[in-house]
Amino acid sequence: MSEGSVFCNFEVTAESHTLEAYRARGGYQALRTALTTLQPKDVEREVTLSGLRGRGGANFPVGAKWSFVNKASPVVYLCCNADEGEPGTFKDRWILEHSPHQLIEGILLGAYALGARHAFVYIRGEFDLPLRRLRGALEEARNAGLVGARIPDTAFSCDIVVHRGAGAYVCGEESSLINSLEGRKGYPRNKPPFPAIKGLYGAPTVVNNVETLASVPWIVAKGGAAYAAIGNQSNPGWRLFGISGHVNKPGVYERPTGYPMKKIIFDDGGGILGGKPLKAVIPGGSSTPVLTAAEIDRITLDAPSLQQAGSMLGSGGIIVIAEGTCMVRVLHVLTRFYSHESCGQCAPCREGTPWMNSIVERIVAGRGEPADLENLQRIPEGILGNTLCALGDAAAMPVLSFVKKFRPEFEYFVAHGRSLHDGRLEA
Amino acid sequence: MSSLEEKFARVRASYPPQMQGSLVVPLLQLTQEEKGHVTTEDARIVADYTGVPLMQVMEALSWYTMLFRQPVGRHVIKVCRNIACSLRGAERMLDHLERKLGVKAGETTADRRFTLLCVECLASCGTAPAMQVNHTYHEELSEAKIDRILEDLA
Repeated sequence: MSEGSVFCNFEVTAESHTLEAYRARGGYQALRTALTTLQPKDVEREVTLSGLRGRGGANFPVGAKWSFVNKASPVVYLCCNADEGEPGTFKDRWILEHSPHQLIEGILLGAYALGARHAFVYIRGEFDLPLRRLRGALEEARNAGLVGARIPDTAFSCDIVVHRGAGAYVCGEESSLINSLEGRKGYPRNKPPFPAIKGLYGAPTVVNNVETLASVPWIVAKGGAAYAAIGNQSNPGWRLFGISGHVNKPGVYERPTGYPMKKIIFDDGGGILGGKPLKAVIPGGSSTPVLTAAEIDRITLDAPSLQQAGSMLGSGGIIVIAEGTCMVRVLHVLTRFYSHESCGQCAPCREGTPWMNSIVERIVAGRGEPADLENLQRIPEGILGNTLCALGDAAAMPVLSFVKKFRPEFEYFVAHGRSLHDGRLEA
Repeated sequence: MSSLEEKFARVRASYPPQMQGSLVVPLLQLTQEEKGHVTTEDARIVADYTGVPLMQVMEALSWYTMLFRQPVGRHVIKVCRNIACSLRGAERMLDHLERKLGVKAGETTADRRFTLLCVECLASCGTAPAMQVNHTYHEELSEAKIDRILEDLA
C-alpha cells in the first residue's frame, strides 16, 4: 500500500472492489468534477500535461493519441485494451479484480474527452474473476446512473460494452483488437491510417490499456502537473510493476517511475529463490531484450534508463532468472510462444518465428548444428522492422539478445549436445 | 435456464445495432458454452442470425484458439507453459497431469471426462505455476494441489 499513489492506496478486502467502497475512497468525484466544471478539451489538456504514456507496453503519449481524434466526428469509439497477455504481465488483472470502478471512471473520463458515446472493454477470454468483477461493477454503475443513461445534471452519457476475446495474443495489438472486435480474425491492419483516424467500423477510435485509463481519474482529480511531478521527469507517474520468476515474493508492486530495479527485485521482491545469485532479468514483458545481472546495477524503472541499457520498460512485467538456469531452454519457451502466436499475415514473422523455434528446439534436443547460431541472428534481423505489427519485433528481440548475451551457453549446447546447466528452468 | 436464442438476443441488445459483426465471437462462445464445441452448422446459425457471411464466421471460428471445433472432455484443463510458469515448475505440473490422467497434452481421456491442453500465458505470472480448469483459475500449483483439484472434479 502506498499513500497518495494511483492504485494500491487502499486495503484489499472482500468488499473493496464494490461501488460503495470505491465511492468511500473518493471514487467518481473526478468524473463529477469533469462533467460539471470542465470542458472535454480541459480533460485532454490535463492528461497531456500529466505526461502519461501508454501502459500496455508501447509507451506512447496518451494526450497525443487523444489529440489525433477529430472530436467533431459523428461517431467516436473508445476501446479499453484488457487483453493482457504479454508473458510476465499481470497488472491489469489486479485493477480489474480489485478496483474495477476506477477503470470504469477512467473510461468515462476518456469518453467525455473524446466525445465517445460507446466504449468497449476488450477483455481476454481466459479471464474469470476479472470478468466477473468488471461485469459486476458495470451493473452497479448502471444502476447508479453512471453508465448507459444520461448522467444526472449533465449532458453526458456513455455506454460500456464488455467484449470477450477468444484466445489470441496478437489481439493485444490495437488494430488487431479492432478487427477482432468487428468479429474478424485478429489480423493487424496496415498503418496509416491509424485507428484515431479510421478505427472500429471505420470510425475514429482510441485504444488505451487498462492501467492507462485507470490512471486518468487520479490525473483529473489532482491535476496533470501533480502527476508529471512524480518519478522520472521524462517518463513520470505511478506504475504497476509485476515481478515474477525466481523471486521470493512475486506479485504486483506500485512504484513511481525512476525506482531502482535492484530495489524492486531484492527488497520488494524479496530477493532470489534459495539465495542464489541473479543471472538475468527480462525487464518489461517477454518481448523486451534480456539484461544480464551486471547490466541492471544502475537501471531505474523508466523508459529512458531501460532504453539506454538497450532494452525497454514495456509492460512493466519484470521476469527474474536465477544463476544456474539454462538460458537456451528459457529461450525455447519464448520461441515456441511466438511461433504459436504469430497470426500468419506477414511473411517474415509467419515464416521466421517457426524457423527460429525449430532451430532452438533442435539445439535443446542435442542436435544443434554449427550454422544454427548464425541463423539465430540472421532470421530475427530479417523480421525486425519488416512486419505490420510489433509481434515480429517482439519475437525477434528475445532471440537476438539471448544469443548475444549468453552466447557461450548456446555454443556449449551445440558443441556438446547438452545443456551447460542440466537444462534447468526452476531455481 | 433460457434458450440459446434468448441468450443470443441479450447479446445483440448489448451492442449498438450497427455492429452485427461484433456479435459473431460472443455468439460462437455462447454456443460452445451450451454444446461444448461449435460445428459448421452452428456457425451457419450465427451467420444467419447476424447477417455476416458464413465464410467470415468460419474464419473466426477456425482462428481463435479458445473456440473448439471438435468435441472436448467434460473438464478442459489448460496448463500454462509460458516463461514465468516454466521458471516455477510448469513442466513438472504438466508431467504430473499427464501421468495422473494417462493422456498427453492435446488429448482427451477415454471416458471423455478430461481434455488436457497446454496454453500460453494466463497472466498468473505472480502466482505461478498456474492452470485453468474450465473457467476457474488454479494458481501456485503443486503436485499435491493438483491431486486435490482432480479429486474435487471426480
